[in-house]
Amino acid sequence: MTAATPTIRRLQGAPRRRRNEALVQAVLLGASALSVVISAGIVLSLIFEAISFVASIQLPQLLADGWFPRRGMFSLPTVIAGTLIVTLIAMAVAAPVGLASAVFLSEYASPRVRKTVKPVLEILAGIPSVVLGFFALTWISPHVVQAIFADAKGFSLLAAGLGVGILTIPLVASISEDAMRAVPQALREASYGLGARRITTSLRVVVPAAISGIVAALILAVSRAIGETMVVAVAAGASGGSLFTLNPVGPGQTLTGAMASLATGSDNVTGNSSAFLSLYFLGFLLFLMTLGLNLIGDIFVRRTRQRY
Amino acid sequence: MSTAGTVAAGTVRLSLRRQRIDVAGYIFSAILLLSLLFSLALLAVLVVDQLARGVPVFAERGTSVLTSPLSSSPARAGVIQGLIGSALLALIVALTAFPIGILTAVYIEEYAPAGRLTRFIDINIRNLAGVPSVVYGLLGLAVFVALLSNVGEANGANVITGGLTLAVLILPLVIITSAEAIRAVPSTLREAGYGIGASRWQVVRKLVLPSATPGILTGTVLALSRALGETAPLILVGAVLGSFSAGRSLADLFTGPYSALPVIVYDWARKPQEEFRALTSAAIIVLLAVTVIANGFAILLRNRYDRRW
Repeated sequence: MTAATPTIRRLQGAPRRRRNEALVQAVLLGASALSVVISAGIVLSLIFEAISFVASIQLPQLLADGWFPRRGMFSLPTVIAGTLIVTLIAMAVAAPVGLASAVFLSEYASPRVRKTVKPVLEILAGIPSVVLGFFALTWISPHVVQAIFADAKGFSLLAAGLGVGILTIPLVASISEDAMRAVPQALREASYGLGARRITTSLRVVVPAAISGIVAALILAVSRAIGETMVVAVAAGASGGSLFTLNPVGPGQTLTGAMASLATGSDNVTGNSSAFLSLYFLGFLLFLMTLGLNLIGDIFVRRTRQRY
Repeated sequence: MSTAGTVAAGTVRLSLRRQRIDVAGYIFSAILLLSLLFSLALLAVLVVDQLARGVPVFAERGTSVLTSPLSSSPARAGVIQGLIGSALLALIVALTAFPIGILTAVYIEEYAPAGRLTRFIDINIRNLAGVPSVVYGLLGLAVFVALLSNVGEANGANVITGGLTLAVLILPLVIITSAEAIRAVPSTLREAGYGIGASRWQVVRKLVLPSATPGILTGTVLALSRALGETAPLILVGAVLGSFSAGRSLADLFTGPYSALPVIVYDWARKPQEEFRALTSAAIIVLLAVTVIANGFAILLRNRYDRRW
């Protein structure tokens, strides 16, 4: 009889089994390490080319009258102003509509309504951005922008901003709805118990309790709007470059729009010229802006999770 | 204190006046409903507008829109090269991003010790998910295209580099959704596995992964549909704008020039001729059909297998 005395070796299992387990763990760790490698790859591929861009130009070129990369005019204020205008317009659409939709879905809608409406929002979220760009150019621009502003051009930052806003509505709605649904039912019941109405409960109890998540939703939406490329590339025009402008009803250039037109069409440039390198410089700026916003947004998201 | 006081007073006043209808409340809920309907109406307008422009093209030309190659003449141009390109891109993305993403999710949820390294990997993945897609295009250009620059006639601007770029782009999404699905599997299932002597990998392979499959599948299909709609990174890694003649051999399919449905939409949307406007809508209908079917499939799958443990 081989009496099974529980020695340590026995409990550790057969050597082959332990070898297999170690192998599996190594493979899994390798897969996870890949994501870190990708991050490093992004930073490294951007930073060196961005530095060689800055080295290849004179600094006043960054403050030229406009963004015309082929003529050596790399005006940062132009593209940053364009990005800010588009982002502001997008948030003016996405923030109220997204938040109101979230309050409705979380506090007012019956489970059945929620179950039918949420997939529709998800489909809206799944529409490719280039499609929304075309929609912004061919529908929003003539039927909304030019209908309101008589002097508006066919290509405009306003039309692009509205398109980006539509694209970010589902993002705002879904993150802030998650935050509101995470508010404990007990808080609502306490509020109803005091005789508060639904509107009071929603606005004075649920929304303040979920404020971290709501702020996070808005920050992440800003980051998404800054990084959105195709809507701007199709609907904002100015593919050849743009003078500095603050006029939202005319064409303009954004960080991402400038990148798209550098990679294609009229600004198409190859080789090692500074126009090509400016692509990496813009990409690096974009990466830093969105990374900063995402990190801040993440802190807010985690704060909601910790509280309840 | 004062808040609660005014609330109660207001309600009491309402019921004293026998005014049971809460006007402000109704207006508020109407506003909320309207903003939700606003999104739905936009979606409807978008779809109807594209159908109104695009369907006549299909009516006039039949399926030749689908089967013709790209062309500078709007009367002859079709999207077949985009369909083939998108299919190949989807294949490459599925073969690379799915296994790596799911393995990473398994590591994070089942193996990783709670510590600095794990937290770093976790934060890193969530930040990768927020990097704009156009930046991934730059990564693809600097890494994949440069590595394969001697392969084929397209100098590295082929479906392989395009597909790898898209794979890297959706990897964080695959990881995050798969990790969520794995996390939802109750720990009692794992404990039961360990209780009968299964090793960690056996528990993962035989118990955790099968239970998490519907959730993982939903996440991966959604990610794939996102990849199918991406344009900006493909433009940066050299998908062809304009027309090109497809090579004959199988190798040309993978190493020659390529296009994809959303890239065709972008190219045609930029053309000034009015005929291309209608053709763009026709291409958009095809693209929407592909992505909405993929999305709808994923949502159906989730609603069907949505299991509360």
